[in-house]
Amino acid sequence: MAQRVLACTGCHGAEGLAAADGYYPRIAGKPSGYLYNQLLNFRDGRRQYPLMSELLQTLSDDYLREMAEHFSSLDLPYPAPARPAANQTPGQAVMARGELLVRKGDAARELPACARCHGEYLTGVAPAIPGLLGLPRDYLAAQLSGWKSGVRHAHAPDCMGQIAQRMSADDINAVSHWLAGRPVPAGGKPAAALTQALPIRCGGVPPDMPAPETTR
Amino acid sequence: MKRPHLAGIATLAVIAIFGLLYSYGEAPKQKHVSRPPAAAASADALARGEYLSRAGNCMACHTARGGTPWAGGRAIETSFGTFYTSNLTSDPQTGLGQWTADDFWRALHDGRSRDGRLLYPAFPYTNYTRVTREDADALWAYLQSLKPVRQENRAHVLDFPYGSQIALAAWRTLYFTPGTFEADAGRSPEWNRGAYLVQGLGHCSACHAPRNRLGASEDADALTGGLMAVQNWYAPSLTSPHEAGLADWPRSDIVALLRDGIARNASMSGPMAEVVLGSTQHLSPADLDAMATYLQSLPETASGEPVKETVALNDVQRARAEGLYKDHCADCHGERGEGSGDIYSALAGNRAVTLDPPANPLRIVLGGGFAPATRGNPRPYGMPPFAASLNDEEVALVVSHIRGSWGNSAAPVNVLDVQRYRGNLR
Repeated sequence: MAQRVLACTGCHGAEGLAAADGYYPRIAGKPSGYLYNQLLNFRDGRRQYPLMSELLQTLSDDYLREMAEHFSSLDLPYPAPARPAANQTPGQAVMARGELLVRKGDAARELPACARCHGEYLTGVAPAIPGLLGLPRDYLAAQLSGWKSGVRHAHAPDCMGQIAQRMSADDINAVSHWLAGRPVPAGGKPAAALTQALPIRCGGVPPDMPAPETTR
Repeated sequence: MKRPHLAGIATLAVIAIFGLLYSYGEAPKQKHVSRPPAAAASADALARGEYLSRAGNCMACHTARGGTPWAGGRAIETSFGTFYTSNLTSDPQTGLGQWTADDFWRALHDGRSRDGRLLYPAFPYTNYTRVTREDADALWAYLQSLKPVRQENRAHVLDFPYGSQIALAAWRTLYFTPGTFEADAGRSPEWNRGAYLVQGLGHCSACHAPRNRLGASEDADALTGGLMAVQNWYAPSLTSPHEAGLADWPRSDIVALLRDGIARNASMSGPMAEVVLGSTQHLSPADLDAMATYLQSLPETASGEPVKETVALNDVQRARAEGLYKDHCADCHGERGEGSGDIYSALAGNRAVTLDPPANPLRIVLGGGFAPATRGNPRPYGMPPFAASLNDEEVALVVSHIRGSWGNSAAPVNVLDVQRYRGNLR
């Protein structure tokens, strides 16, 4: 399989580990349902990136699922987070705001904490919720901004789209900086199950995903 | 916004007078008589209609990316503006629910909608006009069996003056006459079947025939190669031995290429990969064989003969190009473009890399790609895109090197070529 997906690792780095300097995110070890959903999203026009969309245009659901499972199954160590360039080092206030939003959210604006869905350790929850650590700041900021401006979509109902709409540009900057600066905890594996029900419905998350109880 | 084609406007303005006087009245709007719904079509007829819809690849255009099949909405970008395909489901409000078999025949054969409006030839009725009434009725029965999906049609967004019915009438005066497929009694039934499919539902000439500046093919049966202006792909000549001419191929390889998307040293890419995925892989062995028979019989044309390069790379460029090839290409395609195993195409002697215009080799290097995932080749190997890792100059150098090495002798490409064909791949 590794040979069949050389088309992917050209940008996403050897074995999907992400290129050292790159914008292209790591795909190795992400939850397979999440990777599969993204492949469908690119192929079917819910995410816009011509290189990805054209590449996948004539591939089948089955083959995309197999690719997703291949990259998901790779168990490879994470490097330490990249140091931001001196002129891009965020101030303490930005980092504090980022951490607050990630861990607590902002109930007044109906912003759930990132950790509520993406796992206590932010390493994602199998099979469909991705981890948020080990990703470049530019990539994180671009994804949140893409959702906010309506360029990126997920399966309906698009929970991240709704959440990003409620975030300001400063929120996105703060969250992206803080997440990109965190080391990935040992292993970096997604959690096996949610510890509490999702606060918002997500079309990309299978309805039978293990969770205590749905709230709506 | 695109600049209108001045010559096109001038030509159309003159012709529009004829259009007004004659063509617009060529078939007055018909008054509709409501008819009782046709008796349910037999399962056989529905299966035949579905098969014919595969031969025409109808669903591919009449489905938006990621949208509901057959409900329309796919954007077809052309030099004249963007067309949006229509909803073909049986929904009475937004689809074909109120149409009759006669209405459908008129659309397919005459290029007119139910209300008499002229249809744009982005819907290839210039080919479909040769489809028999019997096949049209089978297609119609199949379309009527589709679950109704309520999805409003989206209006085309066309540059001036192409949006007017008068301009369209003028265009039809020049370039369209309803026709029928005339079998050639001097040829075999297989040849005639192939000709019928290639010229009619297959609408191969929609891409493989050259188009003039008004988007028309002077000879609808000449498959001598056409540049797809907005898509930035070149549909190569199927009659030239220097492009994609098939005269020397074993027929079984042509069938395999259309069925599986790969055969010999060839692999379908770009828009043709979509055609294999949605259409030809679903056709019967007999029909593919018939199409191959017809395509092989087309008279040879000499277009695309490689010219010995006149402006070769200089020594410095050559050294850089060789270095780029070694770093990015040689692992799979071999040190001397010999390919490897059954997986990676040889580049030496590969007609796809020496095409002129060089749209396809540039698109493939920039965008990478997979052969289509067909039943015969469900897990294709892929080539990575280089649009993000190589700059315009590097792409020009490495593609020039490939086009001019190991016996290949096509003209080099330059940075302007790369910029021209790069399109949205960045």
